[in-house]
Amino acid sequence: MTDAGALSPTDPPRADSAASAGSTDAEPRLHASGAREWRVSGDWTLLALRGRYEEFRHRIAAAMAEAPDTLWDLRAVSRLDTAGALTLWQGWGQKPPARLLWQPEHVTLFAQFMHTRTPPRPKPGLRPGLARASLSLLAFARHGVDVVALLGRLLLDVGRVLRHPPLIGWREISANVFRTGAQALPITALVGFLVGLTLSYLISKQLKTYGADIFVVNILGLAVLRELGPLLAAIIVAGRSGSSMTAQIGVMRVTQELDALSVMGISHTVRLVLPKVVGLAISLPLVALWTSALMLLGGMTAAGAQLKLDPTQFLHLLPSVVEPVNLWLGWTKSVLFGGLIALLACHFGLRVTPNTESLGQSVTQSVVSAITLVIVVDAVFAVLFSNVGI
Amino acid sequence: MNPSQTDIAQPMPPVIEVDNVTTAFGGHVIHRNLSLVVHRDEVVALIGGSGSGKTTLLRLLLGLEVPQAGSVKIFGHPLGRCSACDLEHVRYRWGVLFQNGALFSALSVFDNIALPLRELQSVPPDMVGPLVMLKLAQVGLKPEDALKRPAELSGGMVKRVSLARALILDPQLLFLDEPTAGLDPDSAKQFVKLLRKLRQELGLTVVMVTHDVDTLFAVVDRVAVLADQRIIACGPLAEVARLPHTFVRNFFLGHAEHCAEDDVRRFRLSLDDTSDEGGVPALLREEPA
Repeated sequence: MTDAGALSPTDPPRADSAASAGSTDAEPRLHASGAREWRVSGDWTLLALRGRYEEFRHRIAAAMAEAPDTLWDLRAVSRLDTAGALTLWQGWGQKPPARLLWQPEHVTLFAQFMHTRTPPRPKPGLRPGLARASLSLLAFARHGVDVVALLGRLLLDVGRVLRHPPLIGWREISANVFRTGAQALPITALVGFLVGLTLSYLISKQLKTYGADIFVVNILGLAVLRELGPLLAAIIVAGRSGSSMTAQIGVMRVTQELDALSVMGISHTVRLVLPKVVGLAISLPLVALWTSALMLLGGMTAAGAQLKLDPTQFLHLLPSVVEPVNLWLGWTKSVLFGGLIALLACHFGLRVTPNTESLGQSVTQSVVSAITLVIVVDAVFAVLFSNVGI
Repeated sequence: MNPSQTDIAQPMPPVIEVDNVTTAFGGHVIHRNLSLVVHRDEVVALIGGSGSGKTTLLRLLLGLEVPQAGSVKIFGHPLGRCSACDLEHVRYRWGVLFQNGALFSALSVFDNIALPLRELQSVPPDMVGPLVMLKLAQVGLKPEDALKRPAELSGGMVKRVSLARALILDPQLLFLDEPTAGLDPDSAKQFVKLLRKLRQELGLTVVMVTHDVDTLFAVVDRVAVLADQRIIACGPLAEVARLPHTFVRNFFLGHAEHCAEDDVRRFRLSLDDTSDEGGVPALLREEPA
């Protein structure tokens, strides 16, 4: 790089009218103006140097390596900003060159490079291993403890509210029933009907080969009323209403509305958690019944098409082959699922820390853990009541 | 101020040109035929009562709102009608300090400040660190603060970090929305000094919305008064303070007689006496914990 100056022939000076009001830049230039003498000119700014930082740093460093006593003439620089000064500084090797001519305004710009501050290193995160696994286990346990604590507070508050009935937020509860129940009807109807249709189609096809056509009513009725209806409704509602509850409470944390409630002496559990838990515990059984009905309708349609089974016959057979206790079991589960989904949603909502990332994370966690827990509880029910109603 | 810069500023087209702008939201007219011109290297303050449309005017200047009529030109580029390339020219040359900081809560202080640099995608990674740390020091924050999250910062620190982010591209035009609101008087004074210093070093054009009379005294070249849906006056402090308008009289209550040019000059000199020591930029003092 002995002849670095030749790389940048003296460009014809550009008409600077384009630089009016400073919205365009003059090109940064660096050229040898004599033996061991470099002239720096043009705009040495962040935008003017775009994409050419490396090039200039290399050329400056090469010139410095060649002759450490080179004279650097910065007097022709039209604009110099921090990025431009840093490019020169890094090219010079983090120190001012021995011979330097500069403009007085640039002194402070270079002076700040004198005390270098290295950015602090963030603490490295734990690598996957035993330590991290045990930490996440601990976090999981803490969630469990917190949910139990929230449940306990809720029960205490229920006791208090029952002694002072005016505290009950009827409007809140009814609004929640409307939002989580009535507004969920179209989507649960669509999903329920299609799942029922598919299920019945597959079952009918298998049964037909054995000539056991009529058993489609038994299988479908039992599965839908006892398991699938409540489960499907719970999963859809967890995704739909659980996420919105977590987000709502989470945003209230971010905007300090929760703090405002606290200082007014209004309990979070009474005003926010209780109406949601009660509302969802009321609406989910209704949604589950609706979903089950639509699933059976879908099943009936498919059975009618596949097996030529008359819908009236289907409905006539249903009560005699599926014991009513299955319906009660499904309802009981739904009440529990509803309370559980709302409780988890509120728990994760209240844990949000005031930043956007935590909000997103909490909503995800809320939905995922609600769905998981619903399925776990359903399995426990299946084991406990394995000899009831079948 | 460098005299040579002010000399060449005159023939140049203005940095900001608001021409006969009318803004209305749902039938409610906020600005009617409002015009404003800001020249290069000038510090202009917008004052006006609550609801007089200061913030809306600022949003117009930033291109976040579109006027019903009239045009807004920044660096000679008409906002809203210019190509994406022109808009890029404008956006890399301005810095904005929002009233509440508008820091990205998911990012650390360091990443917040580094974000505009990284978005440019042309600054080598080994330059990002030093540049960010310099800006951090320039606004008077400690290196340890770089790893903090916005949620862990005090109100004053949020303002500083936000200013550092606004300054990271070394913009030629700086918008400040209530820069000293919510700061204690000492921090506010430090902020004003910092602004003066930056102006001397970088040759900044500044548009700020402020209610702080001290700030007006310390840095502002011209004051634009927003009232009755338009700019009722735009001129030096001494001129504006004598205006016989109710808002202006209430705003400068008790200060009006101190707003003569000599007073302003004396006030600024008193600020300078305590600021620079030994040529090295005096860093902002840490605010008391």
